[in-house]
Amino acid sequence: MSPVTRAEVEDFLYMEADLLDNWKLAEWEALLTDDAGYYIPANDDPQGDHRKSLFIIADDRERIHQRIIRVMDPNCHAEFPKSHLSRIVGNVRILSQDGEFVTVASTFVVHRYRRYERMGEYVGAARHILKRDGDSFRIRERRVFLKSHELGSLGSVSFML
Amino acid sequence: MSANGSYVIDDKERGIFLLDRSVHVSEDILRDEMRKIFAKCWIYVGHASEVKNPGDFVTRKVAGRPIIFVRDQKGQVRCLFNTCRHRGSVVSTERCGNARRFMCVYHGWSYGNDGSLARVPSEEAYTAAFDKGDLGLKTPARFEGYKDFWFMNLDPDAQPLVDYLGKATEYMDLVVDQSPSGKMEVLPGTQEYDVAANWKLMVENSVDDYHLPTTHSTWLNFMKNSGVVMEPPKGAGMVLPTKGLAIDLGNGHFTTDNVNFRGRPVAAWIPLYGEAAKEEMAAIRAELVERLGADRAKRVADTNRNLVVFPNLVINDGSSVTIRTFFPNGVDKMHVTAWALGPVEESESARARRLDAFLTFYGPGGFATPDDVEALEMVQKGLANWQDDRWSEMSRGMGHEDGEQLNSDEFHLRLFWRKWNAMMGEQA
Repeated sequence: MSPVTRAEVEDFLYMEADLLDNWKLAEWEALLTDDAGYYIPANDDPQGDHRKSLFIIADDRERIHQRIIRVMDPNCHAEFPKSHLSRIVGNVRILSQDGEFVTVASTFVVHRYRRYERMGEYVGAARHILKRDGDSFRIRERRVFLKSHELGSLGSVSFML
Repeated sequence: MSANGSYVIDDKERGIFLLDRSVHVSEDILRDEMRKIFAKCWIYVGHASEVKNPGDFVTRKVAGRPIIFVRDQKGQVRCLFNTCRHRGSVVSTERCGNARRFMCVYHGWSYGNDGSLARVPSEEAYTAAFDKGDLGLKTPARFEGYKDFWFMNLDPDAQPLVDYLGKATEYMDLVVDQSPSGKMEVLPGTQEYDVAANWKLMVENSVDDYHLPTTHSTWLNFMKNSGVVMEPPKGAGMVLPTKGLAIDLGNGHFTTDNVNFRGRPVAAWIPLYGEAAKEEMAAIRAELVERLGADRAKRVADTNRNLVVFPNLVINDGSSVTIRTFFPNGVDKMHVTAWALGPVEESESARARRLDAFLTFYGPGGFATPDDVEALEMVQKGLANWQDDRWSEMSRGMGHEDGEQLNSDEFHLRLFWRKWNAMMGEQA
């Protein structure tokens, strides 16, 4: 495998951010590998293992699929009407490359608006494990670390953070 | 408030129960609650497993009071006010840790982990009347535990904790009985989130099974997609697949108790857990039968129970075991803390199953809780009309008050409100 460049993974993360902000979740789901996982550890145990520690979200591939079905259902009251989301992704770095897998660190700020109110800013860092797929990537793991000491006034994580 | 000074209209003859909506919006009532409810009742502080070793501590706010929940060098679990006796600063700013001493960063007074005042910098500047022995960290008037669940009470004259809990202990025991050794532990990872609603709406929501089919239709859909077949309700007035009751435990405590229909990590298999889990779950069940006998094992393994210990402790034993407590932060906001609880000797695979099952329903990223939060916040918004639309209708099942009150009735909600109303009516 030829070395992956930061510009390539940046382009990919910005594209992912656009899909998530705009609730294009079927398109986002198509980017996942068959063994993909999506994890948000508890604010007070960011390095925890989801098999031993209570997380906020610890989805395997099937659970991600079910989560998408749920949040797109008008009966998902927490997200109907949908939140307006705007995320800024930055500080993108390639941490390692192992064959076709690339581990990427980034930071984010997600602004969330709902019910004509500002719900708050979700601030944190993400770690993606991407798998080379032609001239783009697929997502094998997406791990989101919240920086706030607790969710507090942010309330729920009912959208795709 | 009604003409007789009550916040409820409790008309048993006509079978009508109404609640004054001012209870969710009035600042005066919140001030009264802090005095008449939170300073009078036994309030949950923490679980002994959070402080396993001498010196282990966690800091948190309980009923608005910053406290240190700590195990001292001798192994005694204590609750100390996190306030320096000198000039009032908090003495521990860490969320959790292990410490022999808590030192105030202001002037350096330091306290042992039993709360005693250990050191005062340049102590010789004080007169002989200055007595370090009297200047240990203050504590709540009372601090007592039941099976590792520790509670504080700000009222020195309060009845003992076990008397206060009364029949609620029977339902706590059913949870603890999941563990072969009778030892449960709080698992790492805390869910803490605010809900923009009055705290008492969470009490109602935690045991209100009437809302499940509407609020949680996407969760029911997810369960169906994962292979859980749920029968339509059969009995009159039922909204859930199996029969469940709401049970009065006295002293303002109550529980739901219904035959499981949604899978339980201990120990009722559903396809969601995977084929590989069947064998281990059968072994967990066999151990329960062996240890507890068939009847009690069935209660532990095949019933779901949402228990409320008045006023603000919820222990859910359903899709997983949760401890949840919440405190008002203004009339229209509460702070919720939720933990997962499991048997100390649980295998790694059973533990993983318990945690995964937790997230299928509970918590800020779960498939159900965010919709509960939404519902409570919608209630709080709607209540802005309270002055012109004064009473909430809470009469469901009033005709059933004969020991056959369904969990989808509002019997248990009325128990809460009657107790709350009586305490708020007392002079304090």
